Amino acid sequence: METDQLIRTLAADNAHQARPVGLVLALALLAAAPASVAIFFVGLGVRPDVMTAMRNPFFDLKFAVTLALAIPAIAISLHLSRPEASLNGWRWLLLIPAGLLAAGLSGEMMMPQRLPMMTRLIGNNSWVCLVAIPLMSLPLLAAALIGLRHGAPTRPAVAGAIAGLLSAGLAATLYAAHCADDSPLFVATWYTIATALVAAIGALAGSKVLRF
Amino acid sequence: MRQHEDEWTGLMRSAISGDSAAYHRLLKTVTPVLRAAARRGLARAGQPVDQSEDIVQDILLAVHLKRHTWDINAPFAPWLFAIARNKLIDALRRRGRRVFVNIDDFSETMASEPAAETAPASEVAAQLQSLPARQREVLQSIAVDSASIKETAAKFAMSEGAVRVALHRGLAGLIAKLREH
Repeated sequence: METDQLIRTLAADNAHQARPVGLVLALALLAAAPASVAIFFVGLGVRPDVMTAMRNPFFDLKFAVTLALAIPAIAISLHLSRPEASLNGWRWLLLIPAGLLAAGLSGEMMMPQRLPMMTRLIGNNSWVCLVAIPLMSLPLLAAALIGLRHGAPTRPAVAGAIAGLLSAGLAATLYAAHCADDSPLFVATWYTIATALVAAIGALAGSKVLRF
Repeated sequence: MRQHEDEWTGLMRSAISGDSAAYHRLLKTVTPVLRAAARRGLARAGQPVDQSEDIVQDILLAVHLKRHTWDINAPFAPWLFAIARNKLIDALRRRGRRVFVNIDDFSETMASEPAAETAPASEVAAQLQSLPARQREVLQSIAVDSASIKETAAKFAMSEGAVRVALHRGLAGLIAKLREH
């Protein structure tokens, strides 16, 4: 086929308008969310003392941190779905959850401690955390990759890693309602390792499936 | 050059709001620029420059299927060059070279270069044969026989809507096959 013929064919198809990437991403995440929520309720469940826990600022901080990761990651992944996009000016958004965690860590250090540091760090749930967050992330990660595939990310591995952060942030928000370890020290260690794992899976998958 | 780019942006805005003639003109206008950039990329990678036409068609298909990722408030040229650069790197990599293409390659070639010998593209035509019959017939009718959607619908006793669907699926199928290739 000659290029002029191809151009004529493309012009004939101009009436076809694709859905915006944001809409496809939102629909995919909404479709995948029940799978992650089901894993949560079947395998974990809300912690029994949740009503008392809610009065503990460190319990609430966990949700602030995980959502402060998930929401900017959604914004960045939408930005990266455009081919000419760069991370410049957007990278710093990812410092918000880190900043919140740092504030929580220093806040905890200034308070009288009921438990020794190693107990707070290791907690009761570290293995559950390392398994549950990635597990609940996977349906969301798949959905995020489907949404981004509809876009045109020219840096597939980076976009995939951000999709990993997005899904880990959402999964960790669920997990935080189960986990009885509220110490920022625990969150900064185990949530971060679990999130990094999901981001690595996302980068690997992204470099394969986000090419266009 | 600025003026060119503003013209492209205007044409693309018209295209998005449904003006197929503007879209046709835009694709015709950018093609020589894409061809020159593809030739330059091939030359730098030590590849025969007359292979540029497959890359040009690959870029045009990607531009078409990803045009919803262009922000109508942004200039069109950076978006186009990002798509083109991505496809060019991909094409050179598939030819076994790891290369980095500078985005300036594209802006530099804006001043049109003289037309040179170019081998006809073969990849799109080859993949066309592997499409389902109906999609292939519709694509050929429009591409080769220059038939309109309406004429194509009459020829195959299809509704115009069905022709549009077959056309779009065919183009999307071509992209997918070219990527696997």
